[in-house]
Formats: sequence, structure tokens, C-alpha cells
Amino acid sequence: MPTEAEVTTDRVEQVIFDGLAEVGADREQISRESTFEALEVDSLDLVEIAQIVEDEFGVELEGDDVKDLRNVGEVIDLVVARSS
Amino acid sequence: MAPEGCALVTGAAGGIGAAVARALAADGWPVGVSYRSDAEGADRVASEIEDGGGRAVALAGDLRADDAADSLFAALEEHFGPVLVLVNNAGVRADGLSPQLADEQWEQVIDTNLSAAFRTTRRALGPMLRARFGRIVNVASVVGLRANAGQANYAASKAGLIGFTRTVAVEVARRGVTVNAVAPGFVETRLTEGAGNGIIDAIPARRVGTPEEVAACVRFLTSEAASYVTATTLTVDGGLSA
Repeated sequence: MPTEAEVTTDRVEQVIFDGLAEVGADREQISRESTFEALEVDSLDLVEIAQIVEDEFGVELEGDDVKDLRNVGEVIDLVVARSS
Repeated sequence: MAPEGCALVTGAAGGIGAAVARALAADGWPVGVSYRSDAEGADRVASEIEDGGGRAVALAGDLRADDAADSLFAALEEHFGPVLVLVNNAGVRADGLSPQLADEQWEQVIDTNLSAAFRTTRRALGPMLRARFGRIVNVASVVGLRANAGQANYAASKAGLIGFTRTVAVEVARRGVTVNAVAPGFVETRLTEGAGNGIIDAIPARRVGTPEEVAACVRFLTSEAASYVTATTLTVDGGLSA
């Protein structure tokens, strides 16, 4: 697990952007404003993103944490908030 | 070719679990031999595997506890990397006719046979999804498919396990993770001691099964060859449920 100092917004954004591409989202379309619907990211993809976040930052995202999130920026902000 | 990782078999100190642990080790998987109380049995299984050139570690834990799956997986991941094969075999019986079953008998069986399998499966799936490979086999029972008086709690747990198997399987199928069940009939183990008086005549094969016969089916379901087999329940019962 990285130290707290390494969990910057930029780092979280990079990991989540890479994770979204890994689950099949079009990298050209990925931005903080992208909705999961537009990226065709479904609930199973989000489970995988949650696993990536846990592996990289030690932050656990459970079902209730992510069910109301609609765009990529909201996930990034949540991870940054949880890791601080 | 399966990615680097290991197998976890719960309830592996003896009987079907021990046979499964040996079979998976023979396929090259490093194996976590999980047990609740029989440390001697689990150590013996792990030693046998290592003596045969495989890798194994015995791990204690009561899977009825909320955090037991997390602890068990963390320990095993440290030894051998991610768990890519999970065999939920831990099971108990507490028989009695329904009108006389105590809450404790009901809960003990449901907690061990069903809820523990849910917790280990939940913990296993994240790394399996990332690896795009995973094999989960739940050891159910023919009692989950056909009635056996005196085992309402056991039947409910095993029928629940079969429904759980099907549902999880369809949730994760597109990530290369398969989830199946085996449903043994009457197999000679400590768990079935005293449970089969007079049952031989009801088994078309006219004999009880062996742990190794069940393990062979689990071994197939965890293999590369079974990559397109998911959400199924394979009966291993000499025809008992036909």
C-alpha cells in the first residue's frame, strides 16, 4: 500500500483512468466529466474499479459507496477523500 | 494457461476437502489448507502435499466469524499470491426433525455451510475479476436437490448454496470466472458417519463414494478444460438423485 503522501488527486485520476480503460472504456472518451453510462461502464466494471482502488490505495469502496456515483470525477473525489 | 496464484480449500483437514487439496496440488496449484479445529489433520495434508513436491500451508480460522475470510485470504496472499481457485467445502451437520431443531442447530449449519461460502466468495472475486481468471467450486450435496428427513437445516444450506452458485456465476461469467457446484451423494467421511444406515440399497451404484471421486470432479471444474462450464451443479452420487 502506498504512503498517504503518494495519494494525490493526480495519482488517483491516473489509476482510475487506466482502470476504466482496462475494463473496456474508450480511453479517448475518459475524463472527469464522463458518465459511466456514456463510457458503457456497468456495475461489474465498477466492482473491478473498486478492486483496483483497493489494491493501489488500500481504500475499500463498497456497493453503497458507489451506487449513486454517476461520473468519473465523483469516484476520484471519493477515493481522495477516503485516503486523506 | 492460468495466471500465477493459488487455491484455497476450506474444511480441508480431512475427507473431501483433503482429497480436493491433494488433487489441486497435483495440478500445480499452491494450496491453502483451511481448517477450524483439526490442526493435526490440516498439517498432515499440507505435509503430504509438500512431501510430494507441491506447495501448501495449513491455515486456521473459524469461517463463521465476520472477519475470518479477510484474515484467511490476507495470510494466503502473503504466502502464494492471489487466490484464483476457491473451493468452499467447509460444512457441518446438526441433524434432527424440523419440529425439534433448535435455533442454534439451524444457525450453526446455515452459518458454516452457506454464509461462510458467501463471505469467502465475496472476498475472492475482486482479484479473480482483475486476473480475468477464477474458479469457484461450492461443495453442495444431493440433500440440496432431494429430501432427506432429519436434515432440513442441512438441505436449506445446500439448496441455498446451489442457488448462490448459479447467481454468482452469471454475474461474473464474462470475466473468465466460473462458479460451479458439486453435489456429492453418500461419501464415506467423518461428516457422514452414522448417516447412511441402510442407504446402500437406494444407491443405483450399490456403494458409497470416496472423497477422491468427488475431488476428481472438482479438479475438472477448476481446470482450463472446464473454461466454458459455469453455473452448473455436478452430482457425484452413484445415481442416487436420478
